[in-house]
Amino acid sequence: MNVLIYLIPVALFLGGLGLAAFLWSLKSGQYEDLDGAANRILIDEEDDEIS
Amino acid sequence: MALGDIISPAADYDNFVSADPTAFVETDQDGNAMVHLLVENMHCANCIKTIEQTLRSNPAVMDARVNFSTRRLFLRWHPEGIDVTDLVKPVIDLGYPLTPYNPAMMKSASSEENARLLRALAVAGFAAANVMLLSVSVWAGLFSEDMGPATRDFLHWVSAMIALPAVAYAGQPFFNSAAAALRGGRLNMDVPISLAVILAAGMSLAETVQSGEHVYFDASVTLLFFLLIGRYLDSAARNKARSAAERLLLLKAVAATVVLPDGSCKTVPVEAVTPGSCVRIMVGDRLPVDGVVATGQSELDVSLITGESLPTAVRPGDNVFAGTLNLSAPLEIGATKTGDNTLLGDIVRLMEAAEQGRAKYVRLADRIAGFYAPAVHLLAAATFIGWWIFAGSWQNALMQAVAVLIITCPCALGLAVPVVQVVASGRLLTKGILVKAADGLERLAEIDTIVFDKTGTLTEGRLDLINREEIAPGDLDLATRLSRHSRHPLARAVARAGSGPGPHLDVEEIPGEGLKTIFKGREIRLGNRAFCGVAETAASEFAPGPELWLSKGDGDAILFRFRDRLRSGAKETIEKLKARGFAVELLSGDRPAVVEELAQALGIDTWRAQKTPGEKVARLKALSEEGCKVLMVGDGLNDAPALAAAHVSLSPATAADISQTAADFVFQGRDLSAVGEVIQVARASKRLILQNFALAFLYNLIAVPLAVGGIVTPLVAAVAMSSSSLVVCLNSLRLRMDGKNPTR
Repeated sequence: MNVLIYLIPVALFLGGLGLAAFLWSLKSGQYEDLDGAANRILIDEEDDEIS
Repeated sequence: MALGDIISPAADYDNFVSADPTAFVETDQDGNAMVHLLVENMHCANCIKTIEQTLRSNPAVMDARVNFSTRRLFLRWHPEGIDVTDLVKPVIDLGYPLTPYNPAMMKSASSEENARLLRALAVAGFAAANVMLLSVSVWAGLFSEDMGPATRDFLHWVSAMIALPAVAYAGQPFFNSAAAALRGGRLNMDVPISLAVILAAGMSLAETVQSGEHVYFDASVTLLFFLLIGRYLDSAARNKARSAAERLLLLKAVAATVVLPDGSCKTVPVEAVTPGSCVRIMVGDRLPVDGVVATGQSELDVSLITGESLPTAVRPGDNVFAGTLNLSAPLEIGATKTGDNTLLGDIVRLMEAAEQGRAKYVRLADRIAGFYAPAVHLLAAATFIGWWIFAGSWQNALMQAVAVLIITCPCALGLAVPVVQVVASGRLLTKGILVKAADGLERLAEIDTIVFDKTGTLTEGRLDLINREEIAPGDLDLATRLSRHSRHPLARAVARAGSGPGPHLDVEEIPGEGLKTIFKGREIRLGNRAFCGVAETAASEFAPGPELWLSKGDGDAILFRFRDRLRSGAKETIEKLKARGFAVELLSGDRPAVVEELAQALGIDTWRAQKTPGEKVARLKALSEEGCKVLMVGDGLNDAPALAAAHVSLSPATAADISQTAADFVFQGRDLSAVGEVIQVARASKRLILQNFALAFLYNLIAVPLAVGGIVTPLVAAVAMSSSSLVVCLNSLRLRMDGKNPTR
């Protein structure tokens, strides 16, 4: 079971990475317009007509 | 009578201009102009694209960004020679009404609170997932009985190192609230929560140190995680509604033009105007102070103060009030009252006083917490004493007592209300109804009486030309060209009804009479009956409702009739509400004749006219003393105190800002059927909330005897808590199903 001694820290580090990424995304304002992000993906970038 | 008349971009543009958007334009450090706007009628990706591309096609625009969640638009542009009204007119013309707002007013403490809860939620989620992983290993080891004590202790220590900092950080919202309640000598839901979490973590640490078998680190962090979800949903829903509904109090003028004794003029802030000074008011300005007209004749739009849709003519010697709008000619008034002493200030004070009465309402969850928390604490104490007496060891007794606290921790209770509220708010939001007050739905479910305001609530609050088809197109064009020079509501209605712009005319406006000009050598007049030389008897069968006459100098005059139209769905809604057993009343500041006609048209038996804001509040007080729970639906500034005084209140998105601030719900769109919808959703939510409480108690009924009996292990605690929370959440989601069910 000695493998746990470094496997658990590795697992925690990876989890912590996820937590840090979430806190960063929260801080950089990525949660301020959730519905907008969902809809913007449907907008084509290069189009020349306004429908 | 076309619907296009009612929902017209021209009217929306009028509204936008009258909101004085230039006052909201700010300048950034590079000298660019910025403005924040609220957008209505935005539904899909296409709307985002249309709005942004329309704006960006203007070369002056640097940045146009829509926030779809909060229905806001941020705009930055090169300010040289470009007015914000011209800039956004294409967007309004596309059918997206805009309202300017001040972002500094919106940035409230609650949005920071929201971010703090989300961070706590993230930390608790991380800890819960990892500790649960370790706990599952420990439980598996207990079953297979081949995990050595050293491995188990190691896993416990790792759990402790994750859970303790997480509890210390993520538990703060609960600890702070519980501490505040205890300091105030009260108990709230957060007291048992904090006790359970802290005791569970503390006891588990002690167990870990002694290499014990049972630790509750997983229970304490998952508890926090679930409860934070509930807390976050609650706060986010409130935040969302508030951000969309809060608007700036822009009724008060910000600057006043004072005429000095030597005849020169000076612009000063409103606060600097003292009683006795002479203030000049240009056409289109709001009056900054109460006063008496010194020179000039004009007409004032007093709809914000009295709810009357037609302007009042004023002449020297008349009293005039702050917040009214000067329509036709410049005035000079002697200030009598300024600042908070004005009628506007009185209304604000009346509203604040009324709001204090409502603060006494105790939310359902808090009422339950009032007896739940002491009961739980007594039970835990009894368990401790019982086990100590009968089993002898106080350590073991403490273990059992803590187990009781953990198992009774009001996790499902904490989720019961917020989850329903989020689902209900979401369902209402799709119908364009914003829930502003956190406890609004609870209060709304109790009402039995509905009081409506007239102008702007049952009616559109705007006069429209109703006999367009009786008027020859040439005459309408002529009238349109004349009326474009006036801000009078009737002239505006003609201008909206008419077609595109014609050549410029030199128009003279005679306040209280009408407009005149010379066209093709003849004098053209548009104005009241006497002004156009029409005999008193002519066409008097059309008597009720305002009218205008157009005389073309050849003796013949054409009649233009206007009506403040009923809101669509008004009649059906009133009928439905009456059929469902609600008492319906009409309470208006307008003249009795107008109110009576409307009440009859809608089938409302109880109506009261010419009520001042104070009298409206008094009527609501009288109703509540009779034991009625009143829903007030109103929009005007004169309704704001009544909105605050009623048990619960609803106001249209077109309402005065202060009324929207006072109201618990705001509905967008022009259809009054929102009133029926919101009541229905409120009642359905209340039913679900009660069911949720019943489910939570049922769970306690089963789990508590187990805990008191001492047969709860950490595994049982984790499974029981999670499943009760899940059941409550799933039950709440049924409200969404109801919404999709067409047979209502």
